Amino acid sequence: MALRSLGLIAVAALLVLVLARSIGLVEAIALVGGAGATAGTAWLPIRVVRVLAPILLGALLFGLTRATLTVPGAACLGALAVAVGIAKASPPVLRRIMFIIPSLGLLIFVTTLLMYHAPGNPFAGERIATPQVEAALRVQYGVPESALDFFQIYIRRLLLEGSFGPSLKVQGRMVGELLEPAFPVSIALGLLALVIACVLGLALGIRAGLRPNSVSDYASMALAMVGLSLPNFVIGAALIIVFALYLGWLPVAGWGGYQHILMPAFTLGLPYAAYIARLARSGTIETMQQDFIRTARAKGLSETAVVLRHALKGAILPVVSFLGPAAAGIMTGSFVVETLFSVPGMGQWFVKGAINRDYSVVLGTAIIYSALVTTFNLVVDLAYVWLEPRARSEL
Amino acid sequence: MSDATPKATARAVLPAPVGRSVGSAAWRRLKKNRLAMLGGVVLVLITLACFVTPLLLGLDPTSTNPAERHLPPSAAHWLGTDALGRDYAARVLIGGQTSLLVGISATFASVLVGVMFGAISGYFGGRTDEVMMRFVDFFYGIPYMFLVILIMLMFSETARGDPLPVFLALGLVQWLTMARVIRGQVLALRHREFVLAARVLGASHLRIVTYHILPNVLGVVLVYATLTVPTVIILESFLSFLGLGVKLSWGQLVAEGVGVVNPVESYWWLLFWPSVLLALTLFSLNFLGDGLRDALDPKTRH
Repeated sequence: MALRSLGLIAVAALLVLVLARSIGLVEAIALVGGAGATAGTAWLPIRVVRVLAPILLGALLFGLTRATLTVPGAACLGALAVAVGIAKASPPVLRRIMFIIPSLGLLIFVTTLLMYHAPGNPFAGERIATPQVEAALRVQYGVPESALDFFQIYIRRLLLEGSFGPSLKVQGRMVGELLEPAFPVSIALGLLALVIACVLGLALGIRAGLRPNSVSDYASMALAMVGLSLPNFVIGAALIIVFALYLGWLPVAGWGGYQHILMPAFTLGLPYAAYIARLARSGTIETMQQDFIRTARAKGLSETAVVLRHALKGAILPVVSFLGPAAAGIMTGSFVVETLFSVPGMGQWFVKGAINRDYSVVLGTAIIYSALVTTFNLVVDLAYVWLEPRARSEL
Repeated sequence: MSDATPKATARAVLPAPVGRSVGSAAWRRLKKNRLAMLGGVVLVLITLACFVTPLLLGLDPTSTNPAERHLPPSAAHWLGTDALGRDYAARVLIGGQTSLLVGISATFASVLVGVMFGAISGYFGGRTDEVMMRFVDFFYGIPYMFLVILIMLMFSETARGDPLPVFLALGLVQWLTMARVIRGQVLALRHREFVLAARVLGASHLRIVTYHILPNVLGVVLVYATLTVPTVIILESFLSFLGLGVKLSWGQLVAEGVGVVNPVESYWWLLFWPSVLLALTLFSLNFLGDGLRDALDPKTRH
């Protein structure tokens, strides 16, 4: 055991030394220490987790909602989270929360480091600023020369003021103000894409799985292969050419009514519909060979009832565990789809921010996206255990 | 673990030379899968077309000709010309070289890292496994496009457009799935009798992992690698589409083709050829990967 701990320490020291060459010693120590602390949450005794996780969650909620809900409102919400967490949440969920919170911190740190080590900086614009002007700007925006100082300022601002800070490139605007209108746009687009993926994928997949090696099976799987093999923007471009340019049914790009959301959501959802169709197909085939299906048939249930009441769950289970990665993938795809269809969502802000070195915009979008993905993953895992209690140990 | 005597374990591994027959059985099953074989053939043809024809015909993707802008496909320019009068066949084929190379090299990087990481994590198990899988979980929690874009930014403006940063960035995020899959397999293998036998015979950990465990997961590695190549090619095309990718690749050509889509004048060949080649390649890889999986693991076959 002691040997193994020594080995761990040696690996950590080696990592620090390797990293120190490119990002500086202090940063490297902070990075490895942070990663260690995040991983170390796995060994906290459950009694500590039971108390600490709800409190951390409550504090985080309080900090993030204080600006919008005012102090008493946010305090109520935070206290509610603590109470619910202590009274209701099960140990695995609390462990997950315990892991999510430091890993968000680690994410902010890693992103900061990567941005600081990218060539260029937010103030090296085309107007050549004198060093004095640049120094004044750095103080005004809270972007010191050192990545560690910036990280401290950013975290303090995030936790104490609940603010993502000022945008470094869009003058006089806060990141919160910029992302506020973009957030619902991205959420609407992503959710509709996910719904399209699920409905289309399940319908095709279950249909194909009920009659394997039939014509409809081959047709659906060929369609799924098309969805898997074409990049998003090729499908999107094809849709634009057919529906917007030749038929004129839908607008080419933009945002506003329902007609604007259809093509981007379909483009975004199609590859995942294809994947879900394949999963649902094999899930259905496997379930339909089980003994309990024969029992259900033997007791005289109609084929519809057999499928809906007994087989559906088996078909859906592999799909449920794919929903987490699918949501993450849909977010990634949204960068491209938002650009293609000029949708004013968060993906566009991230890409613009990354190219312009707008540190606070990049961090703001990164935090929101990862918080969404991790929360969604947690919900998906809970749903999986609820559907399949035998998988409890995997949470 | 301790109840198996060396003698019993030695007997358990006696019918040993099954490795080759498993491989040839898989090959026989693969040969019966027409779609997978067709995919393989198409893949070989596309690779030959991209790497050999430009050399044979002396195609130059960069020479411009102002008199021949936006020509539709003809006898002189089989696939037409682009906005600067460059021969589109040359551009599509040379662009294919980059796409294929990025796909293969990023996959290679991800296989290397993923297999080592997964094998160590699964073989040692316990806390080592716990820490290493936490690490993977952390990266899973980040939308990987963030990482790719941020890593891409790390390279200076002069390196922008070189394939190396792209394949590094893509390889660095693609190894996660491979690591998870390999870890699961190794975890299942590490208590099998032949591993125990090797340990009893005094083999070191390194030797057990490389000679006894890794050969058993090679099939899975092959399948996942085949399925990773299309993923990487698609990701590279995403990057190109966002203006962060390689100088000349299918993704970048498709992005240019999308850029000139308008209702007035149709330059359909600019979008059509790279899309078709990209789609054909990805189709073939996916079919081949599916076929390999069915061939190597007949139990999951339907």
